[in-house]
Amino acid sequence: MSDTQNLTLVQAVRDGLKGELERDEDVVVFGEDVGKNGGVFRATQGLYDEFGEERVFDTPLAESGIVGTAIGMAAYGMKPVPEMQFSGFAYPAFDQIVSHAARLRTRSRSRFSVPMTLRMPYGGGIRAPEHHSESKEAFYTHEAGLKVVVPSTPRDTKGLLAASIRDPDPVVFMEPKLIYRAFREEVPDETYTVELGEAKTRREGSDVSVFTWGAMTRPSLEAAENLDGDIDVEVIDLRTLSPMDWDSIVESFKKTGRAVVVHEAPKTGGLGAEIAATIQEEALGYQKAPVTRVTGFDTPFPLYALEDYYMPEAARIEDGIREAVEF
Amino acid sequence: MSVLDTDPREQVQVLAEDGSVVEGATVPDLSEEEFVEMYRTMKLARHFDQRAVSLQRQGRMGTYPPLSGQEAAQVGSAMALDDQDWLIPSYREHAASYVHGLTLEGTLRYWMGDERGNKLDDLNIFPVAVPIASQVPHAAGLGMAANYNDTDEVFMCYFGDGATSEGDFHEGLNFGGVFDTPTVFFCNNNQWAISVPREKQTASETIAQKAIAYGMDGVQVDGMDPLAVYKVASAAVERARNGEEDKLRPTLIEAVQYRYGAHTTADDPSVYRQDDEVEEWKAKDPIPRMETFLRDRGTLDDERVADITESVEDEVAAAIETAEGFTRPTTDSMFEHVYADMSERLREQKAYLDRLRSDHGDEELLE
Repeated sequence: MSDTQNLTLVQAVRDGLKGELERDEDVVVFGEDVGKNGGVFRATQGLYDEFGEERVFDTPLAESGIVGTAIGMAAYGMKPVPEMQFSGFAYPAFDQIVSHAARLRTRSRSRFSVPMTLRMPYGGGIRAPEHHSESKEAFYTHEAGLKVVVPSTPRDTKGLLAASIRDPDPVVFMEPKLIYRAFREEVPDETYTVELGEAKTRREGSDVSVFTWGAMTRPSLEAAENLDGDIDVEVIDLRTLSPMDWDSIVESFKKTGRAVVVHEAPKTGGLGAEIAATIQEEALGYQKAPVTRVTGFDTPFPLYALEDYYMPEAARIEDGIREAVEF
Repeated sequence: MSVLDTDPREQVQVLAEDGSVVEGATVPDLSEEEFVEMYRTMKLARHFDQRAVSLQRQGRMGTYPPLSGQEAAQVGSAMALDDQDWLIPSYREHAASYVHGLTLEGTLRYWMGDERGNKLDDLNIFPVAVPIASQVPHAAGLGMAANYNDTDEVFMCYFGDGATSEGDFHEGLNFGGVFDTPTVFFCNNNQWAISVPREKQTASETIAQKAIAYGMDGVQVDGMDPLAVYKVASAAVERARNGEEDKLRPTLIEAVQYRYGAHTTADDPSVYRQDDEVEEWKAKDPIPRMETFLRDRGTLDDERVADITESVEDEVAAAIETAEGFTRPTTDSMFEHVYADMSERLREQKAYLDRLRSDHGDEELLE
């Protein structure tokens, strides 16, 4: 059995990057403050000293430039892992992400691909300033050609990050910064992958299925525990939003007949709608209640005096579960 | 002194508008065959362009961006590249891409709506970029990767005057400078970004002088003078490949030129510019200029010009015939190049389209 370390999620990011930098010389890590400073969240701490500035380097403060140059490097055969310091600052790079990273394979009929892993911390709950708390996974999931990954545990983080870096297509890797340091988990020292596109059942149950991801996984589990003995809740952590593990979603729904989708992102146009629609298409005959959505509001993410009201937490999720079950 | 050290507010010229060599200018060191090839390729590009516009008008091709007037900038610059070098085009570089190995039928195929026209196999040409200036950071990134892999390839990136207003122009040149990439940033300043004139694009006296802000040399060249373009581009390629002390390897070249026609076939330039402006620029036309230069040297005569004209027309006609003979791409190919491995959902959607085709027949679906 391999040795393990007890790591936080952000330490698992670092450990995953280190493993891939060691494994493959074409992997390079870059972005704003990722070098000497080790990243504003310390996700790249020590990598600059260990691998040198050819492999881990600071760039000018320019998100479109970071992603645009990563596309050029990837097309040339490298495996760039650029960082957006916060997902709320990725919009200047949005054109590069959707017009080029997502489409270069299609446009060149697979001659060029973009094996880039674009890391970005996302989500609220850390008392951050404005534009530091957004959850815009639906933007990227909507775009054909991209893959979207959102881990929720340190062990998954390392394995999903390695799988993303080794993937031949561009991956938007969204890190739930709320739980960067919330808990620890034993993480193997050796490198390993967690396959993209596979959901994980975090808790088995027979009355209702909760579908969630990232930072919302923990409050969903907490709600399930709180209801234990009353309602038997299944909690499925989707882990990869594109490609989505539709089989696991539909299978779980066929078992329980009820679904609650929990996401931090605004309700309208969010992935909850996509999941609800797919359940209707694939398993209408099994449906015992409307799909309930527990989400953020259709407002800009508020400054932190109000963010606790904005974000779904266990009590709100419990209400959503009761609503589905008591229909 | 390198031609790259020219003050970016002055214009490098070799051929005067009448085709004579400007006093004090050095003619680039090319063989007579290479001069003729330069002339022939410009004529080919002009004829191709006229035929392409006509194909669009006849409904045989989709929207097309014409290049007439810009032959010297494209042919002169691309001739400065070696095969191993890379060309990162915008959407108007049909002639530059041809010089770097892309067939005319490949260009036609893309503008006829077949994605396979962007599949360039072994050529070091990037797919056409339509969002303005978005290819500039790609060129810098390709150069960063070449630095990492320690190759001596050079990356020639084309964009227009409008692109210099975009953030990506700045970000691409800034990265190029900071990471000292082997890049030639080549601005085809054709005076008009659709309907917006150069002076409303930037308050800079020249675009070339913007290079100072990135720590690199900028040179303005007469973009309708193929010899001057070749000379400046060759010097920039050489510096990118074999750096010089105290000089950054990337260069910004501003080739001053004019687009005779519309921005694309969907555009009507008579709305925003005067005919006499077009006529003024036609006096600088690169093709008769080069022809006079070669006649004066005794390299071309009436008979040779007639031969070239005929061969150019034949080559373009053959390319059109080939392009129109291509079969429609398969519907499978729409799904096959989205990811390295097709997702389950895409597989289902592909099967659904197959069912639709089989139930209704292609004729009904394509109505």
